[in-house]
Amino acid sequence: MLQTLKLNKSYGQNRALTDLDLQVPKGVIFGLLGPNGAGKSTFIRIINQIIDADSGQVLIDGVELNPKHISQIGYLPEERGLYKKMKVWDQMLYFARLKGLSQSEAKERIHRWLSKMDMLTWREKKIEDLSKGMAQKVQFISTILHNPPLLILDEPFSGFDPVNAEIIKDEILELKRQGTTVILSTHRMESVELLCDQVAMINRSHKILDGTIREVKNSFRPEVFTVSLVQPKKEIPTEWSAKSTDGIWSFTLPLSGKSPNQLLGELMNYGEIVRFEELVPSMEEIFIHQVKSMHHG
Amino acid sequence: MDKIWLVIQREYLSRVKKKSFLLATLLTPLIFPAIMGVFVWIALEEKDNQSLRIIEVVDESKLFFLESSEQYAFSFSDRDPEEAKELVKSGDRYGYLLIPEFDLTQPDGIVYYGNENPNMNLISYLESNLKKKIEEQRLFEAGIDPQIITEVRTNVDIKAITLDQQGGEKVSDATVNYAIGFLAGILIYMFIFIYGTQIMQGVIEEKSSRIVEILVSSLRPFQLMLGKIIGIAGVGLTQLLIWIVLIGTLTTVVTGYLGMQMPQEQAMELAKLEVGNELPSSEFGEILQVIEGIDFVSIVSSFVFYFLGGYLLYGALFAGIGSAVDAPSDAQQFMLPVTVPLIVAYMGLFVFVLQDPNSTTSFWLSVVPLTSPIAMMGRISYGVPFWELGLSMTLLILGFLGTTWFAGRIYRIGILMHGTKPSYKTMWKWLKSSH
Repeated sequence: MLQTLKLNKSYGQNRALTDLDLQVPKGVIFGLLGPNGAGKSTFIRIINQIIDADSGQVLIDGVELNPKHISQIGYLPEERGLYKKMKVWDQMLYFARLKGLSQSEAKERIHRWLSKMDMLTWREKKIEDLSKGMAQKVQFISTILHNPPLLILDEPFSGFDPVNAEIIKDEILELKRQGTTVILSTHRMESVELLCDQVAMINRSHKILDGTIREVKNSFRPEVFTVSLVQPKKEIPTEWSAKSTDGIWSFTLPLSGKSPNQLLGELMNYGEIVRFEELVPSMEEIFIHQVKSMHHG
Repeated sequence: MDKIWLVIQREYLSRVKKKSFLLATLLTPLIFPAIMGVFVWIALEEKDNQSLRIIEVVDESKLFFLESSEQYAFSFSDRDPEEAKELVKSGDRYGYLLIPEFDLTQPDGIVYYGNENPNMNLISYLESNLKKKIEEQRLFEAGIDPQIITEVRTNVDIKAITLDQQGGEKVSDATVNYAIGFLAGILIYMFIFIYGTQIMQGVIEEKSSRIVEILVSSLRPFQLMLGKIIGIAGVGLTQLLIWIVLIGTLTTVVTGYLGMQMPQEQAMELAKLEVGNELPSSEFGEILQVIEGIDFVSIVSSFVFYFLGGYLLYGALFAGIGSAVDAPSDAQQFMLPVTVPLIVAYMGLFVFVLQDPNSTTSFWLSVVPLTSPIAMMGRISYGVPFWELGLSMTLLILGFLGTTWFAGRIYRIGILMHGTKPSYKTMWKWLKSSH
C-alpha cells in the first residue's frame, strides 16, 4: 500500500527523518511507535503532503505521491481541530467536500454515520456545545467519511473514555476488515499489541526496528522461562533464587543452550510443574529498552 | 479551483449567516443619523422646556435697542442699578445688563450680572448686537447712512467648469468633490481595517485550534489563504451592497412620501422658501448642475476597484501576520508595518490630496499601491488624467499580486509552527525557504 524509500527531512540543523525505509502492506494495521520528537509527525505530514521531504520517495500502490492521493488518505491529527461555531452537520459536510466527495454523496454518508453512532440528534449542535468526547467522535467520523483506503490515525484514543475508546477500536477493526490500511501512531503500547499487525519504531529520526508484532517480540526473546512448581522433591538450587508463596515455588531460568523440552525434563525432577512459560517481553518493555539503549549507547 | 470555492463558500456563509452581521449591517448606516437625531431632539426638548429669560437692561446713554430672541427678552428701564440687581437676586429677572454712558470710540464698562455663569451664546449674542449698534451709530455720526453699507455688501461665487478632452464642459464644485473624496477615502480605510482584522482573526482561529492541520491535508495552504481572503471580500461587498440598496430605497421612499403629501407647486415653493433666503434660485439650479456633472459611474466603478484592490493587498498581509502568530495579542508587533502605510494614506488624504488633488505629493500617494486605494479616491471626483489612473491601477494589481505571493510564503510555514514566537528574522527565513 505505502512504501517509502530513503526518506530524509531536516529543519535547519535538526534531522527529523534519516533514510527512512518503510513498507506498509495492504489491509493491515500498522503501528508507528516512537518517543516524542522522534520524527513520527514529520513522517505523517509528508504522507499527507503537508510538507515535502528533502529527498527520498513515497509510493502509494507503486505510484509516486501526488495531489490526487489526497482523497485516498484520511488523517486524524493528534491535535484535534474543529470550528467551534460551526454545526456538526455543516462541519462534516465541509471536510468531506474538501476531500472530494460530491454534495449528495457526502450528505448521504454523514447521515449514515450519524445514525450508526446514535448522533443524529447532534446534527444542528455547534461544536462548542459538545463535550470533548463528543467532539472527538465528530472528528473521527469526519476523517473516515470519504472511505479512504489509507487511514492515518495519530493517537486516536486520547480524549475518549473507555466506553467510547472501545467503540472507536471496534470501528478501526471493522475498517480493517473492509480492507482499509491503517497507520496508527501512538504511545499506548497496550493498544498496539491489541490492534496492530505490524509495527515500526522510530527514534531520533532513525527507524530502529520493524516487522510483525511476533517478529519483533521474537527478536527480543531473552530465552528465559518462568517456572512454578509444587511439592518439591529436591532442594531447589539457591542461585535460582526461587520464592515460595502458599507452597508454590516460582523462579525464572534461562535456556542456556538447552531446548525447552530438555529444560522441562530436568525441572520435572524437582517437583510437580504447574507452570512453564517462556518470558516474552511486552511491546512496552521493548520500546523502553530500545529507546533507553539508544540514549545510553 | 473547486476547493478554493468551497473555502470561499464557508468563509462567506459562516459570516453572513451570523445575527451579528445582519445587526451591524442594518445598524451602522443608522448610527450617525441616530446620533444626530438624538442631539437635535435634545436641543428641541431644551428649547421647549425653556421659559423665556428676561434680561433687564439699564441703558444710561439711551442709544441702544436690543431685539428680543426666542430665548431672551430685553426689558428696558431706568431702574437704579441696585434695584435691578435685587430683581436678579429675587429671580424676577434672569440677568441684568448695565450699559453706562461712554465714548463710542471706547466702549468700556458694559457689565452683565446674573445668578449663574452666563453661557457663551448669550455673551456673544449681546456682544455682536452691541457692536453692530455702536458701528451703526458711529457711521451715522460720520455722516454715512448705514443703509448704504448693507447695500454694498456683495456675495461672490465662482462657477467652476472643467473642460474635458472631448471639448465638453461640466460644472464642478470643489465642495461636492471634497465630500465625495472624503467619504470614499474614509470608507475604504475603515473597510480595510475591519475586514483585514477579520482575516487575521480567522487565520489565527484555524491555526490555534489546529483545524489547519486537517485543512492542509486536503488542500494547498495557498488555496486556503486565497479562499479566506476572497470569502471575506464577499462579505464586505455584500454589506456595501445592502447599504447602497438600503439608502437608495430609503431616499426613494422619503422623497416619494413627501411628493405624495403635497402638490408639486407647493413642494417647489417650499424648496424655494427653505433655500431661497440664502441662495438665489439660479444657484440652486447650479447645484443640480454640479450633481448632474458628477460622473457617478466612473466614481462608483473606481471605488469598487480601489476598494477590492486595497482590501486584497492588505488582506494578504493580514493573513500572513495571522499565520505567524499563535494569539491575537502576539500580532501587535507585526501590525505596525501594515498600519503605518494605511495611516499615512489616511493622513495624506486630508493634508495633501483633498487640499490640492494635483500636487506632486498627491500624485505619488495615489500611485504607490500601499496608499493609492485611499488617496486616489480623494482625487477621482476632481478628474484624474487617464494615464495616471491607469498607472495607479496597474501598480495596485501588481501590488496585491506581490503581497499575496509574499504572504503566501510566510503563511504556508507559519500555520504549522506552534509555540515559537516568530521574529522578523525567522519570517525572512520562511520567505526564502523552499519549504
